[in-house]
Amino acid sequence: MVGALGVSQVAFLILAALTVLSALTVVVHRNPVHSAVALVSTLCLLALFFFALDAQLVAILQVIVYAGAIVVLFLFVIMLLNLQAQSRATGGPLLVAAATLGGVALAGLVVSGLGRAAAPPAAGVGAGFGETAALARELFTAYLLPFELTSLLLLVAIVGAVALAKKADG
Amino acid sequence: MAVDVAIAAAKALFIVLLVVQVMGLGVFFERKVSALIQDRIGANRAAIFGFAGLGLVNTLVADPIKFLLKEDVVPASSDRLLHSLAPILSLVPVLVTFAVVPFGDVLEVGGRVVNLQAAELSIGILYVLAMVSLGVYGVVLAGWASNSRWSLLGGIRGSAQMISYEIAMGLALIGIVLTYNTLDLQEMARAQGTLLWGWLPAWGILYQPIGFLIFMTAGIAESKRIPFDLPESESELVSGYFTEYSGPKHLMFMMSDFVEVVLVAALVTTLFFGGWQIPWLYRDGFHFPFGGAVALPSLAVAVLQVTSFALKLVFFTWLQIVIRWTLPRFRYDQLMRLGWQGLLPLALANVVVSALLIVLWSGRSA
Repeated sequence: MVGALGVSQVAFLILAALTVLSALTVVVHRNPVHSAVALVSTLCLLALFFFALDAQLVAILQVIVYAGAIVVLFLFVIMLLNLQAQSRATGGPLLVAAATLGGVALAGLVVSGLGRAAAPPAAGVGAGFGETAALARELFTAYLLPFELTSLLLLVAIVGAVALAKKADG
Repeated sequence: MAVDVAIAAAKALFIVLLVVQVMGLGVFFERKVSALIQDRIGANRAAIFGFAGLGLVNTLVADPIKFLLKEDVVPASSDRLLHSLAPILSLVPVLVTFAVVPFGDVLEVGGRVVNLQAAELSIGILYVLAMVSLGVYGVVLAGWASNSRWSLLGGIRGSAQMISYEIAMGLALIGIVLTYNTLDLQEMARAQGTLLWGWLPAWGILYQPIGFLIFMTAGIAESKRIPFDLPESESELVSGYFTEYSGPKHLMFMMSDFVEVVLVAALVTTLFFGGWQIPWLYRDGFHFPFGGAVALPSLAVAVLQVTSFALKLVFFTWLQIVIRWTLPRFRYDQLMRLGWQGLLPLALANVVVSALLIVLWSGRSA
């Protein structure tokens, strides 16, 4: 099938275009609520990519944690503060130039990195790849210590947030 | 290939039609059961082209037609795009959740074994949680985009409430996942076909009675109905987050409310009451524990199972509507206290106790 695109490639291209478009909307749109909605759509589209890569669990966790919880809290705060369309702070020509340079450099780095990357293994992934059981087994055997340390880190963050809130109270 | 696509489409169509039918029955209960509870007659006099002979059925037909024909008023100061998007974001996540709800075991037709579940996802229960958490956006955006204070207050209340009760709901589901050792709803429904002591069907309610209470409570809170209808609370906020909606969009919000009721009924049925199971009915017919067996063809078994699932669905829809017309509305602080200080610790304790019991009794390990 040289020359002709398969169904999955066409689907990938459409999804990729939509993802880039909604990611751009997040950055470019002046209204914070619209940006947040575009962020949700970006995250859901990324979840579809994980699905296409057989990583069902990662896909669904992406939706639950990021789209379903974190951005809802963003929106909640935006609503409470009743933010309207913002005029973007551009911050002078020097900052714009530096940001453009940084962006171009990052893009170059990504492209050159992709060029050097090793070709993906020809054989497909094994059965059970991306399934919850396989992922959980790795997580709770080989990566147990990092996993527990991460949860400790989150606990510290929660305790810190509660301490800050208490201090503000009285 | 074409046959597979046709089967998948047929299954998806079937579950959606089933849900819509049960939803219609839900509206029927809402009208007539509430009338019975309040000692009145209830809606009975809509006439379609002068014909009023069918009583309430006329009303059930006339209601959606009225909504569809009404003007769709969009407030001048609203955010037009998000105002239109909100009802869609409210209805779609609830409807697509039914994709993973099994409505029967298997059906053998023409040498094929069809799994009676629209989408076979090994992570089914997480998919349910993901879609439920996306449902918040409809409420939040409706509240914000309407640019009205009532809507905004309703939206803020709604999002805070839904986020709070999602946590208890998720923890109640962990108990169920621990019990069945799978995330697939069809596997869970099948596991409930085994017998305890040789005669008692091992339905989820026997293993997770507290999980059931937490899940049911959190589910009613997620569907934002009395006693948890503070996002709407018509006596103070007009109609809460969908105050500024009329016509078809208002219909979509009302529909998503009722579909949520059916969804809670479907999940309670599948997780705690055997799903499509009928006691002692297996793929080849009945095997009674007291002796005796009735052999049945695959089609008859499938029809019985789907009927059983539908009847359980209707029962739990009815139960939620009776609860809705029996209890008064909570105050907001009571709502938050119940969620965070009542259900959350209870659900956490339930997870710990369930895990301990499973390890000690069944000796299951990794």
